[in-house]
Amino acid sequence: MIDAIFAHLPILLIVMPLVAAPCCVLTGNGRAAYALALVVSLLTFACSITLLEETLVHGVVRYELGDWSPPYGIEYRVDIFSGFVMSFVSGIGAIVLVYAPLSVRDEISESKHYLFYATYLLCMTGLLGMCVTGDLFNVFVFLEISSLSSYALISLGRTRRAPLAAFQYLILGSIGATFILIGIGLLYQMTGTLNMGDIAARVPHEHGPRTVLVAFAFLTVGLCVKMAVFPLHTWLPNAYTYAPSVVTCFIAATATKVSVYAFVRIIFEIITPGFAFDVLPLDTELMLFSLVGIFIASIAAIYQDNVKRLLAYSSVAQIGYMLLGISMATPTGLSAGIVHMFNHALIKGGLFMVAGCFALRLGSVQLSDWKGAGRTMPLTSLAWAIGGLGLIGVPLTAGFISKWLLLTSAFEAGRWPVAALMLLSSLLAVVYIWRVVETLFFAEPSEAAANATEAPLRMLIPTYVLIGATLVFGVWTSYSAGIARQAAIALLGGTP
Amino acid sequence: MTGFPIIRIITKLLIPYILLFAFYVQFHGDYGPGGGFQAGVIFASGLILYGLVFGLHAIKKVAPPIVIEKCMALGVLIYAGTGVLTMALGGKFLDYSVLEHDVLPHWHVPSGQHLGIFLVELGVGITVTAVMTMIFYAFAGRKQV
Amino acid sequence: MTLESVAGLYNYWVVIFLMMTGFYIVLARKNLIKSVIGLNIFQTSVFLLYITMGKVEGGTAPIVPPAIAAAQAHAAHGSDAGHAATPHVEGAHEVAHAALQHGGELASTTTEIIYSNPLPSVLMLTAIVVGIATTALALALVVRIREDYGTVDEERILELDRGE
Repeated sequence: MIDAIFAHLPILLIVMPLVAAPCCVLTGNGRAAYALALVVSLLTFACSITLLEETLVHGVVRYELGDWSPPYGIEYRVDIFSGFVMSFVSGIGAIVLVYAPLSVRDEISESKHYLFYATYLLCMTGLLGMCVTGDLFNVFVFLEISSLSSYALISLGRTRRAPLAAFQYLILGSIGATFILIGIGLLYQMTGTLNMGDIAARVPHEHGPRTVLVAFAFLTVGLCVKMAVFPLHTWLPNAYTYAPSVVTCFIAATATKVSVYAFVRIIFEIITPGFAFDVLPLDTELMLFSLVGIFIASIAAIYQDNVKRLLAYSSVAQIGYMLLGISMATPTGLSAGIVHMFNHALIKGGLFMVAGCFALRLGSVQLSDWKGAGRTMPLTSLAWAIGGLGLIGVPLTAGFISKWLLLTSAFEAGRWPVAALMLLSSLLAVVYIWRVVETLFFAEPSEAAANATEAPLRMLIPTYVLIGATLVFGVWTSYSAGIARQAAIALLGGTP
Repeated sequence: MTGFPIIRIITKLLIPYILLFAFYVQFHGDYGPGGGFQAGVIFASGLILYGLVFGLHAIKKVAPPIVIEKCMALGVLIYAGTGVLTMALGGKFLDYSVLEHDVLPHWHVPSGQHLGIFLVELGVGITVTAVMTMIFYAFAGRKQV
Repeated sequence: MTLESVAGLYNYWVVIFLMMTGFYIVLARKNLIKSVIGLNIFQTSVFLLYITMGKVEGGTAPIVPPAIAAAQAHAAHGSDAGHAATPHVEGAHEVAHAALQHGGELASTTTEIIYSNPLPSVLMLTAIVVGIATTALALALVVRIREDYGTVDEERILELDRGE
């Protein structure tokens, strides 16, 4: 029995949330839906951890859908990289659900709760599906499942700006997804197959035929919209700011990371770094855009008065760090990019959870309303401080590990200016984190803050789990940087 | 809509054929062009036509929104349930060949690939019908701004 | 670029024209509904790109003609006569397999049938569903925006937001 389940793990990862979502709708009851969603997301987390372990021990796990052998059928393929990404996606999905109920009750009307949890599960299905599938068209389908459900989730926000933010995200996101679809179509036209491994084997690289070039351009631009790379990030700040707190926690921590994952997969497995970085100047361009993005977004973050918007701009900057690592195309650089996906998911998830706690107790995420809240809500404020240290990249936090790896790879590649700029940009992070810390601890309490009570344990504990994880993974790196390094070597080794 | 007898009568005449055609597309989809998605849209168009002509109140009696909402979920469950069933029978997800059986062979009970695709399309058909009707409700039910 | 190579690629010109039209409408939008329409045109161009990609010159619809199917079934039956007694479950695979092989032979000996590639059309069926879902969601959001702001003009909405 156990063995039978074991053989089906890759598909169970998708099927469990997919089945649970309509069950949530069938119950029609917020509490029952919540219980179901929580159980399923925990099971999904267990599944993905098991899968990750399996890939670490035995290598790639494959699953043929409907027993149709690839490249004719759809193949699900889990290697170390996808196992790593799906583990933290499902893990954060589960932790956010533990944290969710109080905040959801506060921000979303009671009659929509069961639909909220159903949509949340669908979003998780889409994100995990993108990690697990080995079929390019399937990537598009899962991308759309996750995007459509996230548009719906974002539009649930309390203010009237939430639907507008969701709409703007929908327009840009759909253009991005359609670009990806065009890219997939052109690749299919060239190779006659949709299986990623098969495409990689058949696509002609030497002379860079124009169709491949165009396909590559469409895929890159489309995924850049989804990743919110600097000039294409305009949907992100509004979407993160006006979405309900729980939704922001989940989407900020996972959605852009999964797009980065898809981008890395396509660049390193299908396009191959040789074509993308040597024949085409993608590395220089990525580096340029990410550096400009890091600076502009960090500076923008400094001037925000809304804490969620501040964190959103910081997210745009952090995506820059990931791409910076990826653009190095060395084992160290790539593993820095991958491990930063994980570390940033922990840090940003934790910080948005803190923002959610304040939103529950103070009823606002405006910085001016948070004045002096450090006295009445010390634990929540402390969580912000620790998470902030991680975001800056102070030693002993997870953020330090990824920045250290990035610096090392920049030195290895002999790119001193890049390293210097990175250090400089960390100072900007110090500024925006400090602004909030100062407001929390050293300002005269506002009326709301003076009467506030500590956030409920139900929310504090999950917050501290994530914030604590940033400390744990800042010291003990074999399961973060170690796995990321293995994944990076596999990605680079798989290419000639 | 009491003042338009022609529209009312033509609608009444048309709706059975629209629904029948939907069933044809649904169940003949195994042999020819067609399938759950198309059938669902056609079926829903019958319901929506009824709603347009006789009013939201009348259509909500025929297809109560709460039932439609559950049908949306039910269709997905039938689809995913087929996959889970094939897994329970020892195949891969959606591996229809494990659905081979010898029940009532003379009655042309579909088996194997046929049964699998039939169930999946049924799920798709139910969901699409429900979703299309739900979209109609969602828009038609809004008050005038 | 001869005239033939330009005219011969007419499907791409149609696709590019539609794509740019849709893209322009989305980017130059003032009205939320119009941008949804633009998005639809944009997506439709991609459907056309895929569907024209699957067409094979002189190819028919990828459905086995009934006459050929009957001949195949006959051939498969004949060759599998010895297996007729085997249980249904095992038989199915082999029959299908044999039918495929025989079908291939039959088709090549009797008549050369060229089928169009059905896969792009199937993919587009999925993409159309995605497009419908996107449109429905977008329109639902527009309805809510209009209820809250009283307008679907984006500049007016931004003005209202600034005025808050």
